[in-house]
Amino acid sequence: MNQPSQNSTKPESDSPGLKQSAPLEETANNDESTNASPKRSLVSGSNFDRSKPDNKNASTMIDVRDVNFYYGDVQALFNVNLTVPEKSVMALIGPSGCGKSTFLRTLNRMNDIIDGTRVEGTIKLENQNIYDPTIDVVALRSRVGMVFQKSTPFPKSIFDNIAFGPRLSGTTSKSKLTEIVERSLQQAALWDEVKDRLSDSAMALSGGQQQRLCIARTLATNPEVILMDEPASALDPASTARIEDLIFELRKQYTIVIVTHNMQQAARVSQYTAFFYQGRLIEVGPTKELFTNPTEKQTEDYITGRFG
Amino acid sequence: MSSSPSPPSTDRSLEFRRTWTRTREQLIKFVLLLCALLSILTTIGILYVLLTNAVYSPNSKATAFFQEVSIWDFVTDTKWTPQYAQDRHFGILPLLIGTLKITGIAALIGLPIGLAGAVYLSEYAAPRTRNMIKPTLEVLAGIPTVVYGYFALIFITPYILRPIFSDLLGFEVKIFNAASAGIVVGIMIIPMVSSLSEDVLRSVPRSLREAGYALGGTRFDVSTKIVVPAALSGIIASFLLAISRAVGETMAVTIAAGLYTSNSLNPFEPSQTMTAYIVNVSSGDTPVGSIEYKSLYAVAFTLFLATLAMNILSQWVLKRFREEYQ
Repeated sequence: MNQPSQNSTKPESDSPGLKQSAPLEETANNDESTNASPKRSLVSGSNFDRSKPDNKNASTMIDVRDVNFYYGDVQALFNVNLTVPEKSVMALIGPSGCGKSTFLRTLNRMNDIIDGTRVEGTIKLENQNIYDPTIDVVALRSRVGMVFQKSTPFPKSIFDNIAFGPRLSGTTSKSKLTEIVERSLQQAALWDEVKDRLSDSAMALSGGQQQRLCIARTLATNPEVILMDEPASALDPASTARIEDLIFELRKQYTIVIVTHNMQQAARVSQYTAFFYQGRLIEVGPTKELFTNPTEKQTEDYITGRFG
Repeated sequence: MSSSPSPPSTDRSLEFRRTWTRTREQLIKFVLLLCALLSILTTIGILYVLLTNAVYSPNSKATAFFQEVSIWDFVTDTKWTPQYAQDRHFGILPLLIGTLKITGIAALIGLPIGLAGAVYLSEYAAPRTRNMIKPTLEVLAGIPTVVYGYFALIFITPYILRPIFSDLLGFEVKIFNAASAGIVVGIMIIPMVSSLSEDVLRSVPRSLREAGYALGGTRFDVSTKIVVPAALSGIIASFLLAISRAVGETMAVTIAAGLYTSNSLNPFEPSQTMTAYIVNVSSGDTPVGSIEYKSLYAVAFTLFLATLAMNILSQWVLKRFREEYQ
């Protein structure tokens, strides 16, 4: 990927988003890093042939180095190197079975619960390797939230769904929980629709509402990163639009990695896009550039619809 | 079909084969239907026998149990002494207490252990472990109940109950007692609860578990706060089925709990259940047609109603509270 065009093609929404969000998050190294463009780290990380990345950039949220992933004997990811800047949206695209969901699930060690899986390499979340043996996976997952393709409301009340994460981490005070529930639902743009029926079953909500409930439930644990696995693929266009608006809002406070099959969606919601093909990260860069001027042949073929 | 162009010579043999195929299909369908109906017909037959002997006899020369003893007495009397020559009492209460006492003990033991086993199998066990344990549990279900009865009598009572409750705590533990029977019936229903509950636990979608893990849940959190509640209807249904099995359990109870009817709630005393009474009467030399003989049908009918009610309840629970996952 060529460096000069990087800066010129950055999405217009990107820099205001980053600047707005800076005061909201009290990361110690945030201030010094806002000037350092997140794209710089991306540029180097974007080369799929493991060129030395500039991952010391303080605004890097997730730093993936030489990750190989195996389901039993089957290798699903090959030497993935990638950095995700803080408070941005990175879309993962690629044909079915290319490893993008697998990759997403390595970021919160969700693959751990599948028997016979194995990871090589390092994934750093704010400079801490999440595959370090000393890492508490439970704590990690409350820092890295996840929203799934199918909405997965628990068969409980709306309130209990949202309060589930905080309760797990030991919040028992009713007033505190009420406050968290309201905040999360408001952040997920669902509060006005459900505020009068918080004790109703979450199963009674519509599909789009359920998905926003799941996002609210994830926000309730106060994560830094939100992983989304095709969050809108089962929704109608109106609900999809709401989810996309929501992602746009959430980017001010959270780092988001989203898997999507819908390239228009990737173009709409993300600042960066990574293209996966057959378990390899083929290309990564600012979304606009990747879509208008891909450097790899495979990327071009995919985004122009020649396969996948 | 007939429009297919075929030479006239083979036409008749083809026609024959077609007819034969159709007939054979019909025949198979009929035989299968018969097999399916058989159990229903059996149930109807049993119900008929019970009703004609217990409630109302269509034969004018014979009388049913409730034509001689009022239902009111049956329900309210507190003594059950059909064998006595004089002072006969036909109150179902002592038998009911015996049954409930043993069922209660069995439920206390079998349901929690069975559910815990199901949670282990479905949430914790590696596939290989599960494949070893599940068949073993099912072997447990295949042991003849008479063996359980003797196990209670010659092992549970002398080596478990007596050392603990008699030697240590000072209760009097009779050799025939409800506790030992309840314990073995509890053990008997464990495989049933485990197997049925495991099926419903496993049918909880994986996405729900993943959502729980993604929110920072441990395996225990996910099992107890998501999977079990989500499968609750199925678990309750499996509980009810297991309880109705315990209510109907006969051989082990007859051997371990003795044949003494009592209204006592003390688990260390002998106590006769409805099923044990039926065994006792039908294996003895009770003359056919006597009131004692007929009382057997009244008890059997009560038992039938009890288990039927449990099964219907469990079906209803399953339907009513089933969460529909898309």
